[in-house]
Amino acid sequence: MHVRVVLFAMLREQKGVSELELDVAPGTTVGGLEARLYPSRQSGSVPGKLLYAVNQAYVTRDHELQDGDEVAFIPPVSGG
Amino acid sequence: MVEITEEPIDIGAVIASVRYSGGGAVVTFLGTVRDNDEAGEVIALEYEAYAEMAVAQMRGIRAEIETRWGIDHVAIVHRVGRREVGEVSVVIAVASPHRLQAFDACRFAIDRIKEIVPIWKKELYPHGSQWKQA
Repeated sequence: MHVRVVLFAMLREQKGVSELELDVAPGTTVGGLEARLYPSRQSGSVPGKLLYAVNQAYVTRDHELQDGDEVAFIPPVSGG
Repeated sequence: MVEITEEPIDIGAVIASVRYSGGGAVVTFLGTVRDNDEAGEVIALEYEAYAEMAVAQMRGIRAEIETRWGIDHVAIVHRVGRREVGEVSVVIAVASPHRLQAFDACRFAIDRIKEIVPIWKKELYPHGSQWKQA
């Protein structure tokens, strides 16, 4: 199945794109996708604390992805 | 009124959108670009938003305010893109029958924006730049 990952701020700059289209196995969780995209979080370019959103709503790491989902890894927000 | 925009915010229009005849108190908050931060001199900020989700989260904040204070006259407009020192980046307006609730709800709104709304800012310094981490 297929998901779209949208990237913002430092995560967008790090990958050099604002979107990724990925094939994932059924049963893949948000945390599983994170581990695939960011195998080493020690690089310093990915903040230690990410939040997760699927289809524009916050979810937890164990949320299971569905075909066609829009997934976002949310670095610490700083609006205002 | 709940918006993410790249255009200058019409503060009067935001305030007008919450005013009603039963609202004896109208409280507004303006967030403006400051010329300094812990890292020193700041020359501008670059705001980026996950716009669709940001609007959904801001609507959620309005719903929280309605649940907590019974106030349903709340407007939130956040501007994105490069903003120079002194420019207005966010405007919140709250109208309610009495001032205490309006002040509390307005403060709650800006605090919640900083917690849950997917907007990020990069600080631009005279030499270099950095995404602000919360």
